[in-house]
Amino acid sequence: MSEVIEKPETLTRTKVLKNNVLESEAIYIIREVAAQFEKPVLLFSGGKDSITLVRLAQKAFYPEKIPFPLMHIDTGHNFPETILFRDKLVAETGVDLIVRYVEDSIKNKNLTEETGKYASRNRLQTHTLLDAIEEFKFDACIGGARRDEEKARAKERIFSVRNDFGQWDEKNQRPELFNMLNGKIDLGQNVRVFPISNWTELDVWQYIKDENLEIPSIYFSHERDTFLRDGLIWSADEVVFREENEVVSKRRVRFRTVGDMSCTAAVLSDAQTLDEIVSEIRVSTVSERGARIDDKRTEAAMETRKQEGYF
Amino acid sequence: MDVLKIATAGSVDDGKSTLIGRLLYDTNSLTTDKLEAIERSSRKKGLDYLDFSLATDGLVAEREQGITIDVAHIYFSTPTRHFIIADAPGHVEFTRNMVTGASTAQVSIILIDARKGVQEQTFRHFFINDLLRIKNLIVVINKMDLVDYDQSRFEQIKSEFEQLAARSDFHKRSIHYVPLSALFGDNITSISDKTPWYDGSSVLDILENLPIQSESVNAQARFAVQNVIRPKTNQYHDFRGFAGKLTGASLSVGDEIIALPSGLTSKVSEIRLYENTFETANPGSSFVLSIEDEINISRGDMIVKVNETPKTEKQIKAKICWMDAKPLRPGTTYLLQHGVNRVLSKIDTVNKIFKTDLTGFETIQNELKINQIGEVSIKLSKPVFYDPFVENRENGAFILIDSNSHFTSGVGLLD
Repeated sequence: MSEVIEKPETLTRTKVLKNNVLESEAIYIIREVAAQFEKPVLLFSGGKDSITLVRLAQKAFYPEKIPFPLMHIDTGHNFPETILFRDKLVAETGVDLIVRYVEDSIKNKNLTEETGKYASRNRLQTHTLLDAIEEFKFDACIGGARRDEEKARAKERIFSVRNDFGQWDEKNQRPELFNMLNGKIDLGQNVRVFPISNWTELDVWQYIKDENLEIPSIYFSHERDTFLRDGLIWSADEVVFREENEVVSKRRVRFRTVGDMSCTAAVLSDAQTLDEIVSEIRVSTVSERGARIDDKRTEAAMETRKQEGYF
Repeated sequence: MDVLKIATAGSVDDGKSTLIGRLLYDTNSLTTDKLEAIERSSRKKGLDYLDFSLATDGLVAEREQGITIDVAHIYFSTPTRHFIIADAPGHVEFTRNMVTGASTAQVSIILIDARKGVQEQTFRHFFINDLLRIKNLIVVINKMDLVDYDQSRFEQIKSEFEQLAARSDFHKRSIHYVPLSALFGDNITSISDKTPWYDGSSVLDILENLPIQSESVNAQARFAVQNVIRPKTNQYHDFRGFAGKLTGASLSVGDEIIALPSGLTSKVSEIRLYENTFETANPGSSFVLSIEDEINISRGDMIVKVNETPKTEKQIKAKICWMDAKPLRPGTTYLLQHGVNRVLSKIDTVNKIFKTDLTGFETIQNELKINQIGEVSIKLSKPVFYDPFVENRENGAFILIDSNSHFTSGVGLLD
């Protein structure tokens, strides 16, 4: 006679929500924004950090839709791939999108554009941003800046109060203790909020991979007309000033950070999948902002721009 | 991957930034462009070695004066762990930054200059770590190169610090002592042959192997409601959930809960994050919780398990660290924020002011000045639902917000 062995019934597996420290913290922050402010907005650039923010905002409120709009400050120097991606994401997620153009600020306010070899609209976009904040009476702007990006950003609070002129007063910041966020402000002030402050570039890529998020094609390796200047690879496009002796040639490149064509350099890369990007970042010895031409101007370039109201 | 949060504190010249710079350099966390920037700046200053303190001193004023004036966050990883350093300055006038940096830390590094030994600042640093109940301390005795790596000097400082630590009533902490030269990299990422008498581990080795306990051991589940989720879409027409971040202990579907302040009970019916639902949520996680019954619950309310209710008081006593130039005085009204819950509060009395060398307290003044720490009695307009800070760090603290300037004027740890 054979023995009958009963299968234990305790094998039904319980599904446990484990704590992903960085994700839980970011979701908590985004929910505080929705609760503490009247008119928040998520500043969307089409880059990997703001794409990550959109997913975190979806997770924060699901099954409710994201309770605030996205806003894109369009410099007119964007990569066309980024704009295509932006419109697709908006269509798929059903969020509201506001677009404001630096071109309009230049015309309406009679601003002078930078000219010459290093001309970019990076500083001018501050005007457009501050005007839009005033136009819509936004009291909180959520952004994808991370503290590991740049040394002035390493000092930034999660809720960073800006005065009526959008300025950052780095010497008199509110202390942030434990998990408590103080979003009390006066009329006319606004708060810049950075939910992924504590993420590193690698954390962002790992998250994009885990969540299987779509990203603009320029993050992956592709062939592009480029030229070399100051040891960096520039995109050869009509909005980018080029000297006659700067020779254009095709290179296999990708972008690690997506700003304007006029201030973002490419890196040589064969990475065609998210896995390959993650492996590439792991062994990289150059920082992400090493490819940001706008940061290289002076040692305090970022800090100076933030005091002027830059993001 | 594990995340370990580290707080660093030290006086102006005891080499804290150099230590951090070294940690980054030796774990290959300094990228080529950052390293080049350090080389450029070091050369400009006429140094014949690399000034790693330049890796962390971010603000222009700091670079000009060569000091650190605000909390900076620094990130590095090894194959086993992610590390976040909150680097706070050590000057007496910037205590608020130190409390801020240490408030979320699991381990704290205190630096002592081997030539100077335990100083007034050391007392203050230890006092704040003690107040915040930080479980792991690494006492770094730096500049050993300037005392010829002398073991007896190291032992002497260690014994001075042990005497200081003995004055505390919190004994569940571990303290590591490491002899170090930040400038030459001794005992930072590997054991140095210049200190053959030292039988402990390197700083990095200690950091990689510290147990990461949950913030509070034996704590109970606390779910403070941030937002009420009511989609009113066709698919989720009747859905009603509560968004929050769980602390203390886990919570499962079927658990009997009580909602505060209403005192009404129900059961957990769903734990949801985005498109997924779960049986159990671990502490620390953010999710949307639904319950079986229709109970009126709004932002600031707290959901806990029945028979595990927190303290509910309108008259509280707390240790307060004051952070505002305008002193805390009895009779003043502040907005008190406990977690995500805000109530009006009125200062009753300042009972005592602690001496930061742990020798006791004074009762003479009836106000608390910036950077002072004291015991204060406060009256609340509505009760808050809290645990004593020593039992549950995450549900035992609050901030006081000035009603005119909206500044975060102080932080309180509940008794």
